[in-house]
Amino acid sequence: MKETIKLLTEAYGPSGYEQTVREIIKNQVESYADTVEVDPLGNLHVLKKGTGDGLKIMIAAHMDEIGLMVSFIDKHGFGRLTGLGTLFPQSLVGNRAIFTDGTVAVINAEKWPFPERIDHSFRNLYLDFGVLRKEDVPVHVGDVAAFQRPFVDLGETLLAKSLDDRIGCAVMIETLKQLKTTPHEIYFVFTVQEEVGTRGAITSAYKVQPDVAIAIDVTDSGDVPEHKQHFEVKMGQGPAIKVMDIGMLAHPNLREWMVETAIANDIPYQLEILRLGSTDARAMQVAGAGSMAGGISIPCRHLHTPSEMVNYQDVQQTVQLLLALLSNPVVLG
Amino acid sequence: MYLEKLSNAFGVSGSEENVRDMIVEIAKPYADEWQVDTMGNLFITRQARRGSKTPAQRVMVTAHMDEVGFLISKINNDGLLKFETIGGFDKRVLLGKSLVIGKNRIPGVIGLKPIHLLDHTERQSVPSIKSMYIDVGANSKGGTKVNIGDSATFSTQFGYLGGTPVEADSPPPKQGRVKGKAFDDRVGCAILLELLKDEYDFDLIAVFTVQEEIGIRGAKVAAYRANPDLAIILECTAADDLPRPNEEDEVGIPRLGDGPAITIMDRTFIANRSLVDLLTETAINEGIPYQFKRPGIGGTDAKEIHIARSGVPSAVVSVPARYIHAPAAVLDLADFWHAVELVQATLEHLPIEI
Repeated sequence: MKETIKLLTEAYGPSGYEQTVREIIKNQVESYADTVEVDPLGNLHVLKKGTGDGLKIMIAAHMDEIGLMVSFIDKHGFGRLTGLGTLFPQSLVGNRAIFTDGTVAVINAEKWPFPERIDHSFRNLYLDFGVLRKEDVPVHVGDVAAFQRPFVDLGETLLAKSLDDRIGCAVMIETLKQLKTTPHEIYFVFTVQEEVGTRGAITSAYKVQPDVAIAIDVTDSGDVPEHKQHFEVKMGQGPAIKVMDIGMLAHPNLREWMVETAIANDIPYQLEILRLGSTDARAMQVAGAGSMAGGISIPCRHLHTPSEMVNYQDVQQTVQLLLALLSNPVVLG
Repeated sequence: MYLEKLSNAFGVSGSEENVRDMIVEIAKPYADEWQVDTMGNLFITRQARRGSKTPAQRVMVTAHMDEVGFLISKINNDGLLKFETIGGFDKRVLLGKSLVIGKNRIPGVIGLKPIHLLDHTERQSVPSIKSMYIDVGANSKGGTKVNIGDSATFSTQFGYLGGTPVEADSPPPKQGRVKGKAFDDRVGCAILLELLKDEYDFDLIAVFTVQEEIGIRGAKVAAYRANPDLAIILECTAADDLPRPNEEDEVGIPRLGDGPAITIMDRTFIANRSLVDLLTETAINEGIPYQFKRPGIGGTDAKEIHIARSGVPSAVVSVPARYIHAPAAVLDLADFWHAVELVQATLEHLPIEI
């Protein structure tokens, strides 16, 4: 599974530009799926048919990662940028941005400390292409970049960019590969544009119209020094079963099913109450006539920076929990 | 060119009927069918030209009819009117402006203290919108025919800038700059009316939407109803080409006269890359100037259209204008006609595989 994680996290795919990631996933899942389809926004729908009268279940992880876009080029040949998704401007200084065509630029700041307002903070950043003349700038307004970071296996912990949410994609791929039989009709949907407002989940959930919808995404980890607010979820303590975040309340029956399944299968779990951010589940919950929605989250340190960390055991246990959930019939009422 | 007529028309969000009636009148000769939905969105269908290969394809091209304005919220005992703003305003543009109010187009003025009466601190600041009022010349509550709930807009009349008068019966000029209110988005409506004069290889669904300025409300239900295969949104966007003495490094975009602005990404929408590429390639092949809208800011009807139902590949083409959301905007007619040419030429390449 680490091979797949390396492949996925090193791939380029900011919001709206997920083609490369989609191709990688397509290759991985094709021989395990009944159908594979790409919808108008670019979401990848992978259907695994069930054996009986199960539920229609949609499992979603998003393919896109945070990134940036060139908003203009100044008179001296430095690029100015705007964020694709939520970025912390201070964390970008000294990082390298890689563009669709492979062009690499360094991000730096004009002045410290950063202005308080986030839009002014972005104005404070610039991209250096290493050119001496404006005419030699190799990019244009509107060109998109992601961060350039290799995957590192630290042993029990994995370090990479875009673990949000390639780790969710990897979990879904692995689950599909290992899932032998299921009573349910399962749509594994790899979504686009989550980081800019769960836009891919809005349209894919409308198309699928699931009974049950589960988002597989990362969540914060409450064990780092900068954590001022108490956050119960911690890296290495098992998958986090979503109770609520700012975008949704998980359906209590669905949450109960997850908790009971974890206990019955000796899989450690935590309960997630997140006061910042949301996932594709928020969109799936209210798409069409609505669905019973919830989420399973993988604790992640340094979220939304170019260097994110997850615990490999948490990842494997998330796969186990999904397999246990999907392999058996259930009545959720 | 219908821009003059449309700019002068009255159509604050929620009260678009005057604009809609005008568009129906102009578009009727080209319409195979037309309908108005419950919110007031206007749908005009132009069927694919006979013998086209893929007439089943549905392409939705939209522009919003509404403009920013005001809503009368209270009539004071002294006859002065309190108001709410409809859509986004910079309060600095409001003081002392001339308005028309309600169906009877009653004239009024947003009042202000003259410079003679201001003390030092008052000169340094702009009063809050809450403290502003509209003067319709009444002395008492009963002294006006204005009703609570009436909407109001600026009384600005469309005009050609630069000297040479344009005769009423002469063909519309292809260049030069013009001023007027509500260019956002009557300019889109005017482009869409030009596009309706042609037939294409697909069913063209021209949709004139309502209530864009107060949260993209009309487009949401319009896209659901139209259920298109792809969409092009026509807009008026803020030009950023005025001198900035303090920020010499910055080169603002888009600029008046540099052609229609194509959106790559704004605050609510990432454009479909195949459509952006088709637009830019078409512009290059046809020799039509174009530019990109500054990424990351603003939002349009595309916000709701591209995520309607199971998703709609969409693009936005805008005419840049200075001073939008203010009494008088200025745009370059060359940009307007280049936008017409660009979208027309692009539609000729449709349908494409996305």
